[in-house]
Order: sequence, then structure tokens, then C-alpha cells
Amino acid sequence: MDLGLDEQQEMLKTFARDFLEKECPESLVRNMEEDEKGYSPELWKKMAEQGWMGLTIPDAYGGSGLSLCEQVVLLEEFGRALVPGPFISTVVLGAVPIMEAGSEDQKKQFLPKIAAGETIMTLALTEPSAKWSADGVTLAAKKEGSDYVLNGTKLFVPDAHVSDYMVVVARTSGKGEAGITLFIVDSKSAGIKYEVLKTIAADKQCEVTFENVKVPAANMLGKEGKGWPIVEKVSKAATVAACAYLVGLSQMDFDVTLNYAKERVQFGRPIGSFQAIQHKLADAVIDVDGSRFITYKAAWSLSEGEPDADLMVSMAKAWASDASRRVVAHGQQIHGGVGFTKEYKIQLYFRRQKWMELMWGDGDYHREKVAQLMGV
Amino acid sequence: MDFRFSPPEEAFREEIREWLKTNLPKNWSGDRFSRGSGDADGMNVYADFAKRLATKGWVAPHWPKEYGGLGLSVVEQLIFNEEMSLANAPVGYSMIGVGWAGPTIIVYGTDEQKQRFLQPITSGTTMWCQGFSEPNAGSDLANLSTRAVRDGDDYVINGQKIWTSGAHYADWMILIARTDQDAPKHKGISYFLVDMKTPGITTRPLIDMMNNHGFNEIFFENVRVPRANLLGEENRGWYMATTTLDFERSSIGGAVGAKKMLDDLVVWTKETRSNGHYVYDEAPVRWRLGEAAVEAELGRLLSYRVVTLQSRGLVPNYESSIAKLFNTDMQLRMAKSGMEIMGLYGQLDHKDKKSPLQGRFERQYLWQTGLAVGGGTTEIQKNIIAMRGLGLPRQ
Repeated sequence: MDLGLDEQQEMLKTFARDFLEKECPESLVRNMEEDEKGYSPELWKKMAEQGWMGLTIPDAYGGSGLSLCEQVVLLEEFGRALVPGPFISTVVLGAVPIMEAGSEDQKKQFLPKIAAGETIMTLALTEPSAKWSADGVTLAAKKEGSDYVLNGTKLFVPDAHVSDYMVVVARTSGKGEAGITLFIVDSKSAGIKYEVLKTIAADKQCEVTFENVKVPAANMLGKEGKGWPIVEKVSKAATVAACAYLVGLSQMDFDVTLNYAKERVQFGRPIGSFQAIQHKLADAVIDVDGSRFITYKAAWSLSEGEPDADLMVSMAKAWASDASRRVVAHGQQIHGGVGFTKEYKIQLYFRRQKWMELMWGDGDYHREKVAQLMGV
Repeated sequence: MDFRFSPPEEAFREEIREWLKTNLPKNWSGDRFSRGSGDADGMNVYADFAKRLATKGWVAPHWPKEYGGLGLSVVEQLIFNEEMSLANAPVGYSMIGVGWAGPTIIVYGTDEQKQRFLQPITSGTTMWCQGFSEPNAGSDLANLSTRAVRDGDDYVINGQKIWTSGAHYADWMILIARTDQDAPKHKGISYFLVDMKTPGITTRPLIDMMNNHGFNEIFFENVRVPRANLLGEENRGWYMATTTLDFERSSIGGAVGAKKMLDDLVVWTKETRSNGHYVYDEAPVRWRLGEAAVEAELGRLLSYRVVTLQSRGLVPNYESSIAKLFNTDMQLRMAKSGMEIMGLYGQLDHKDKKSPLQGRFERQYLWQTGLAVGGGTTEIQKNIIAMRGLGLPRQ
């Protein structure tokens, strides 16, 4: 039993931190908020050269074959640096369903290109109903000859507008979990329209409309009507990824705030000498550390296939969602007026926290799941 | 990142579980709050269990072998604490001896003091109490005013201590008293080992809000303590008392006890009907249960992190403080949630036969309210985390 990082993980963390401090400065984060694509192709290329896109992709498909534990270590650093762009969309939302359910041909076609940073992907799951559950999926896929024809609207699809391919969660029949089928869809197919949403974090989520979009039957991922279990696997990995991002984000917000409390002088003394401030920071460090270790536990449980992995994933997101919100709220309050300005960096963390809090289910959603899983 | 225990560690856990099956007191309800609460029957249960632990070397299993321990690793001790906590075992008898008196004697004691005091602790035959707090020295402990004045081969003690748990049964006391009136307040304090049978010591019960006689007020009137019972150097007692805290590992492992209580609560909500449905079927009840489960897991992980650091040979700093603070708060919140889930039944005392789950949540609610104060209030803990851990300035 050891909750710390091993040597390899420690190296990955240190390297990623140094790399991102240099390659992903605050100015880039700010520019990408205004940028149409929302990511820097130069940075994307450099990250690919580090092997980061293929971290969890098996060696046979051009990756490094590492586990979710290493991915969490890396994503923590992404959260710390607020790395903008379709990284989680590609390596989790795109690559995981293919690794889980893809045919050998599909794996060979997509995974090496993802690992090389040549293909950007995402998952089109949620719809205007904004539900994470299977009954929220209504986008219709109807078989016509050797194609399926897709009609419907997906909403809150991250990075769809810059993607090369999307894994689209569609309904081929039935209700609920039955009758859900996944397709790998060329993002440039005729009949698809993208509209980038304006969000609190200025990340790039899209409304994607499908109007008679033809997809070859060969692009089906897994079997017809058997798509939901694949979505569940992706969603667990994505939930852990969101937690890891929140851990890094919270840690950085906390570090910046702690430093500010030591330097900012009012009433002739650093404000960090006041107990009102000290106790907020003591609470915050518990929230940050707690988020980190429950996230590690979730990642480890998933990658080891532990029987309580689902429970741990929901516990992690239930905690990290709320804990990170408390941390960044303290960050704003301790910074006072300057924290509310656009110029000062703390607001970048505050806005992104809410985004990741809501992604893949917020605290209430996962507490309900925990309760359901607990008695089993 | 490895959350698994090794096969030998799992085997040790199994050994403890097996042993507990035959060595817990007869008809042990697992309710330590109704037993061992200061009455003589309860105390006998604790004293007897200490002797049973001693036969396995388990009174202070993490102490070095030369002092009567087994030299357990930090992880093994965690496992030991977890199993005792899960079984709600009556381990309190040796708590001050094992957690405070012994470790301080090991570090600062003379060979003679070690010879004399350590073995009776590990054999489960000596009970210690802690004479630290005073009426005007609570959170501001260094403000203590009990005096110890040199007189020939003795020190003469006058003053008062308070909140002294178990003093009415204890054989010995670790006492801090002022030996230099003129020195700055942290620098004039000395550390003594005091025989509770010494003439001049009066013990008066303080009944707590659980209606237990757990702690006491102690009055010292010209109490003569031999020089040989001064521990360490004169006037260095404050620093010895505060470093003793670093030995205190006993809170590690308590989170599993909380998890066990929660599991019982979940079963109760699934078996108990209210207004035509099961209590569990109400969404707000499930959210509370979910929240409590997450917090119990967090409490466990924050403790495991401390164990990780210690296993790696590092000295935890704020990490152990936050584990302790979080676990105390967590258990209080869980007790509160449990009582609220039970509705009107939640208020029933354990002595009422209608009380759900033997009134454990009601007892726990009162008990944890006390623990949020005892041994350093939540606020003092946060001060320590902020100043010692995060390096925030005092002024």
C-alpha cells in the first residue's frame, strides 16, 4: 500500500510540469479562449512528440501502453496549466471506445494516428435533454442499404468543430440502454453542422446537428444495439480524467492563493496572518489533497479492474466536484477585488472549475450513484 | 500508486480478526460509549482486555522490541488499529501510556526510568493519565500555572489540572508544571511522572454531557514528587510535550469504524419503512448516505497518505493534522446525518429500547462533539495546519 507516485510517474509529472510551464503559458491559455479552434496546433504537435497522446494506447498500436494511473498524473498537470484543446476529447473520448470495442481494422486505422497526434476525435453523447443516461439518447440511425443514416442533434460535444472523427452515440431501436449503437463518423461528412457554444470556461463545446448523414455500416463500433456498455466504460475513464484535471486546477489555484495571502499586506500585516484567512486555507488544503487521493484511488481501481471501481469513480467525482468549487471560491475571496479582474489569472481557474464540475455528472449526480452502488 | 496490502499484511489482518473472535469481552455489543464510561464495570472490561492484548504483545505493537513492542511497521500498525476500530474493541486502557507517556520516556527517559515504567505499560498493568490542561490553559496550554518548586530531593507541586480522562483509575500521570516563574512561558515548564497515590492529590469527577464520568479535575496540594521522576531536563518540558504529539498514531485507522457504522445505517434505511416506503427510497436520504460514504473513504485515504509518508521514511507535517481533523469532523457529520435520517427516532438514547441501531448514532453525535474539542480544538488544528504546514505568518 503506497499512495504516492512511483519513479516513472514522478518523472512524468516533473517533465510535464516543466514542459507545460514553458510551452503552455498563461498568455496561450488566454489566446485560446478567443481563438476559433481553441487549441494551438504547434503545442499539439509538441505534446504528441512527447508521446502523450498515446500514453494509454497499447504498444502494438503505436502507444506507450501505460495505465490510467499515469494518465491521471499527466492530466493533473494539464489542469494545473489549464492546457486548452481537444486532448481529453481525443485520448479518452475517442481512443477509449476504440480500444474497448473496435475491430482490429478500426484499431489499426485510428489508434496509431491518435498516438501520433494526427487524428483529433471526440464523443457525441449528450443531447438537448442534457442527460448522461441512455434514455437521453434519441439521435436516430436508420439502416439504408449498406449505410446508416443519422438524424438528430447532439449538444455539449467537446471540440467537435476541430475533430477529424466523432464517436456518435445513436439510437437504432428501442428505449433506454437497449438499442444504442456507436458509429465512428467522419466529422466532415455531408449533413453535419457545428455551432460552438459560448461557455463559462470559453472552452469549445458544440451543438452538432445531423441531417441525413450517411455512415457506412463498417463504421459501426461494436455491435448494433450494444453500444451503451461501451459508453459506460468511456464515461468512467472520462470522469476520472475530469477529476484529475480538477485536482491540478485546484492545486494551482490554492498555490497562487496561498502565496498571495503571504504577500498581501493590510492592517500592517500579511492577510495570511489572520485566522479568518488561515482557516479557509486549512480547509482548502484538505479539499485539494482529498481530491487527489480519491482520484488516484479511482484511477487505480479502474485500471486494476477492482470490483468496487464504479463506486470509487463516483466517489471521486462526487468529492472533487464540490471540493474544487470550495477551493476556487476561497481563492476568489482571499484575493479580494483583484481576483475579480480579467487581467489577474485566478479567474481562469474559477471559470474552468465550474465547467469540469458539471462534466460527467456533478456532486449530486454522483452521490446518488454512490448510494445506489453502496448497498449492492 | 498501489492501494493493495501485501499477502503477509492481509494475513496479519486475518490473525487479528480471528483473535478478536475469542478475546473480545463476552456479549460485547461493540458499544464502547455505554461501556468503559468511567464506571467500575466498564473499567474492568478495559483493564481485562489490556491484559489479553499483552499476551500477544499487542498493547504497543509498534514500539521497538527492546521496549516490549513488536516493532510493527507503520502499515501493520494501521491494520492493527483498523481492526480494533472495526470491532469497536475496548482498547482505551493503555491509550495515554502507549501514545504519550511511553514514547516520551523512550526518547527522554533515563535507563532507570525506562526500566521502571515501560514494561508495566506493555504488560497492560499500568494505566496512565495526562495532566496537561488547566482551567486557564486550554487551547493556550503554555499558559499553565501549576507550579513545581525544588525542595531537597523532591519537587513540590501545587495547582490544578482539568479534563483529565481516566484519572480516577490511573496509576500514573504525565504532568507538565511550571518550574521557572520568570522565564518566557514556553521555557519554564518541566515534565514529571507522578504516582497518583502520592499524598496531596485529590481527584474530583466531572460528568460529561453523555452522563459519563470520563474526566476529572485534579488538585495538587504540596504534592512531593522525587527528582528521579523528572523526565528530561528541567524547563524543557514544553518541547517534550509537543514532540510527543508526533508519536500519536492512534487516530490513524478510525475511519473504518465510521464506515462500519455507515454500512449498518444503510441496512437500517433499507429495512425500515416510513410513510409506506423504505427510508432508503427517499432521494435526500440517499444523498446523505452517499455523501457520508464519500467522506468515510476520504478519511481513510488521508490517513493512508500519512502512512505512505511514514513508510517512505518521511516525517509528516500538516498531513497528519489534516487526517486527524478531517476524520473527527467527518465522524461528527456522519453521526448528525444518521440522526437526521432517523427523524424523531434519532433522538432516542441508547438506553431506550426503541432507539435505532442501539442508539449508536446518538451516542456518537455527543461523543464526536467532545472530540472536536478534546486534544486540540478544530480551530487550533486549523491554526497549526496554516502556520506549521502552510507556512503562514503568525503576525
